[in-house]
Amino acid sequence: MSRTLDRRQLLRGAAVAGGGLAFSAYIPAWAQPVSGGIVKPLPTLSGTDIALTINSFTLPVDGKPTPAIGVNGTVPAPLLRLKEGQKVRLAVSNALDVESSIHWHGLLVPFPMDGVPGISFPGIKAKSSFLYEFPIIQSGTYWYHSHSGAQEQEGLYGPIVIDPAGPDPVAYDREHVIVLADHSPLRGETIFRKLKQEAGYFNYQRQTLAGLLAGRDQTLKERLEWGKMRMDPTDLSDVTGSTYTYIINGFGPIDNWTALFTPGERVRLRFINAAAQTNFNVRIPGLPMTVVQADGQNVQPVTTDEFQIAVAETYDVIVTPEDRAYTLVGEAIDRSGLARATLAPRAGMSAPVPPLRPRPITTMKDMGMGDMGGMDMKNPTATRGADPTAEQNRSAGLAQATGWTGAAAAMTAPASGGSGMAAMPDMAAQGGAASPGMAMGSGMAGMDHSQMPGMDHSQVAGMSGHGSGDMGGMDMSMRNPKNAPGVKMGPGVQTISPMPTDRTGERPQGLETVDHRVLTYRDLMALTPNPDVRAPSRSLDIHLTGNMERYMWSFDGVKLSDPADPIPFRNGERVRVNLINDTMMPHPIHLHGHFFELVTGHGDHAPRKHTVNVAPGGKVTFDVTADAPGDWAFHCHNLFHMTAGMMRVVTVRPLEGEAA
Amino acid sequence: MTRARSALAASALLAFAAPAVAQDHSMHNMPGMTMPAPAAKNKPAAKPAAKPKDGARTAEPKAAPAKAAPAKDAPASMEGMDHGAMQGMDHSAMPGMDHSAMPGMTTPAQGQQGAQPMPGMQMPADEHSGHDMPGMSMEGVAQTGTALPPGNAPAPPIPTDHAADRVFGPQEMMDARHHLAQHGGQTFYQVLLNVAEYQIHSGRDGYRWDGEAWYGGDINRLWLKSEGEGEFRRGLDSAEVQALYSHAIDPYFNLQGGVRQDFGRGPKRTYATVGIEGLAPGFFEVEGALFLSNKGDVLGRVEGYYDQRITQRLILQPRAEFNLSAQDVPETDTGSGLVDVEVGLRLRYDVAREFAPYVGVSYLRKTGDTARFARAAGEDVHATSFVIGVRTWF
Repeated sequence: MSRTLDRRQLLRGAAVAGGGLAFSAYIPAWAQPVSGGIVKPLPTLSGTDIALTINSFTLPVDGKPTPAIGVNGTVPAPLLRLKEGQKVRLAVSNALDVESSIHWHGLLVPFPMDGVPGISFPGIKAKSSFLYEFPIIQSGTYWYHSHSGAQEQEGLYGPIVIDPAGPDPVAYDREHVIVLADHSPLRGETIFRKLKQEAGYFNYQRQTLAGLLAGRDQTLKERLEWGKMRMDPTDLSDVTGSTYTYIINGFGPIDNWTALFTPGERVRLRFINAAAQTNFNVRIPGLPMTVVQADGQNVQPVTTDEFQIAVAETYDVIVTPEDRAYTLVGEAIDRSGLARATLAPRAGMSAPVPPLRPRPITTMKDMGMGDMGGMDMKNPTATRGADPTAEQNRSAGLAQATGWTGAAAAMTAPASGGSGMAAMPDMAAQGGAASPGMAMGSGMAGMDHSQMPGMDHSQVAGMSGHGSGDMGGMDMSMRNPKNAPGVKMGPGVQTISPMPTDRTGERPQGLETVDHRVLTYRDLMALTPNPDVRAPSRSLDIHLTGNMERYMWSFDGVKLSDPADPIPFRNGERVRVNLINDTMMPHPIHLHGHFFELVTGHGDHAPRKHTVNVAPGGKVTFDVTADAPGDWAFHCHNLFHMTAGMMRVVTVRPLEGEAA
Repeated sequence: MTRARSALAASALLAFAAPAVAQDHSMHNMPGMTMPAPAAKNKPAAKPAAKPKDGARTAEPKAAPAKAAPAKDAPASMEGMDHGAMQGMDHSAMPGMDHSAMPGMTTPAQGQQGAQPMPGMQMPADEHSGHDMPGMSMEGVAQTGTALPPGNAPAPPIPTDHAADRVFGPQEMMDARHHLAQHGGQTFYQVLLNVAEYQIHSGRDGYRWDGEAWYGGDINRLWLKSEGEGEFRRGLDSAEVQALYSHAIDPYFNLQGGVRQDFGRGPKRTYATVGIEGLAPGFFEVEGALFLSNKGDVLGRVEGYYDQRITQRLILQPRAEFNLSAQDVPETDTGSGLVDVEVGLRLRYDVAREFAPYVGVSYLRKTGDTARFARAAGEDVHATSFVIGVRTWF
């Protein structure tokens, strides 16, 4: 069997293999600091009848045994390789002693097949089974995971790849699926309990007196101001590398999962963030990535050097590696650890691993204070450095162990950025993906796009030129109900963003100052026109609310358990939804059963997504056509935010057979 | 097809020609803002101070090639639009230009047609309309999809049925809906001994504890608190246990009420108690309580501590406790006013968050009438102790 996911071979395999075939769960435990790499393709299942068994077992990660829940004995669960237009029957047996479920993330399925206990179906009781059956009406990269308890944290997630019925507009010679995740020796419910007991439990990168004396992070004045607000600017991920090992396809950074390629090939990497809590900064030092798909939907190709993938998102990129090894880095956004894999032309090769960059801290803008001309929005860590006592996990040692020699080795020189760039025409400015030194097209002579990362400048300019009058009357206090009339104020609402801003054109948190291209949401444009280009008939504000001290999370100040009313939609109506983040954490918001179009200035080529990350203090607007009658889950995909109550039922009525 | 192409090109042109005011304001990123077209038309010269000159220069030649034919197809309302407005155009925020010819993708033609006439820059028409803000109403500009403003239709009623009932039966789904109450409705607990220590002072060594335990949900919890101290071979000096109902009243504070029972050498008083506990600005853990004894005496207590992280694991905790009394309570040698003050400084090391050994110093000073009573009884009015202990929780 080929050690890589050769697409043709897989398709051939799919034709003959049918379903139910599980590969060996055995995963060797590599403990050497510099592993030669583990070339182990994901077990794959195809066909119209697929059998999945949910079970628990021990998963060795970087040589340490950890408890895990997976499917057919593997973490991640087997890759489901399907084809648009086929029908599939998935017989899921639950061998656990507790109830379970599987949700097909991003797949458009009838609501009873969506797999959310209590909303779409009763769940799969212990030692029983459920038959999912639905037609495959889409193509792209997706995934599946448990929607019960914290099973997703413990490994119950797997990739889905659906080949298009017709020709794939994305040309590639080879592909690899990259499932990023965060794995802990602790059970999911233990992690959640610790957070409830002490919200800062996992954060070992806080500001300290040692940091203050060393002149790092915030100044004393800023610390006092933030202390007065009872806000911890170092809380980026809640759960960190202090317990997590960040894994790729089930392997730790020391295991070093390796993907093979033949030099010069176009390699398609299908990234899936299956983590419970962790957003990752993904990069392959020395290898530009051309993003061709987001959340399973094709986008117009955009080349970048780094992108942030929020929990539950997927991105497909094309790379054209040369005859050398590359390190694939998935750095946790709080920089407490990294996931690492290797792309290499031959087994046993590896490349130096870059060190973990210092963690950022949140700024006033992350509090929804908007772009304020007079206020310094710079991230103090970027200028003053991070706390010297900040702790990172074992993966931080890889840089030294692998002989990283500094940034020069990883610099993606735009002028000679590999063959991936060669075919690019002269005009290559990409909005947020700033590309210093990139030649501008003749028609654009004199326009300097390269100096404009994201929308920052223009926003500031606009604000100072126009907004002062408005701002004069604006209450900038951090918890004024008038700034969010729809929010039920209570102990669960710590702050209300006084001036949330659309941050989709900005580089993601912590990547503001890196010296290479970074993907922003505004860089994404659908490849083909959107299927529904009607104007929304109405709009709807949903506030993302929380209290980091009590570890309470909600929409509009109401937890699902309170109980919360469903969010109602009419079948067929198009609605504009404004997600307003009143907290200082990013929230990847996922709507089941639908794709929505991000309102990021691309008209009828808006990128279509199933999950969108709302930056701290920011807002994201999307248009959605409610075309799937039924009840659907809508929630923050940070597992413990959802579990804490940041979830709603979305209803689309009338149901089939009902009068309108 | 030609017509479609023209329309696309026209909209591209229009987008270029869109009023500077509108383009410029689009940078504010304020969905929901309404800007009627007349306002835009009337103020074509309202150039923003911050507009880049380069952008204006570039705009004109680019617009020109696309102009000729498609202009006829432009919507009527375009007439009268001042192309001079282009002067103020700000290209700075144009994202995603020219994705068409990148490797690895076979781009379908239709999305790109509008862009063809523009030399050196391939830009689908909608990119320009993309400058318009979500929710901004601009008549006279061809827009589609997400560029369109939303209407104000009412939301539908909230349904009372459950879709899955029809498939799996109401009973089974009702049982399953307990899952929804799990999302935010779970109960938790914590048992915390903030102080559990051996006290070394002149004379007899002693021991001391101060801890709490809680059980419940986010808002309502049962709390138990206990503190006490004693000397070895002399036994328990003073001790108390409180059982409280705790209700979260804001993001940081809990209102607590219940009973307190005293133990130790003195009278075994019982108190009704009401207090407040929480996190004060500056990350100070504070609590204050009033106690009404079964003898009618009123006592009060204020205490607080602060965790100063020196490193991630080395933490200095200053702590203070003030006891007050509304009256003399001779049975407990308590005088009215401030009864005593205890301050402490404990340096701990978080081996784990749940297990942190510490060393420190504690100073107790009886004050006012209480001190007078103590002196009269031949007792010390102040005591300094070196302490060694463990802060622990589970």
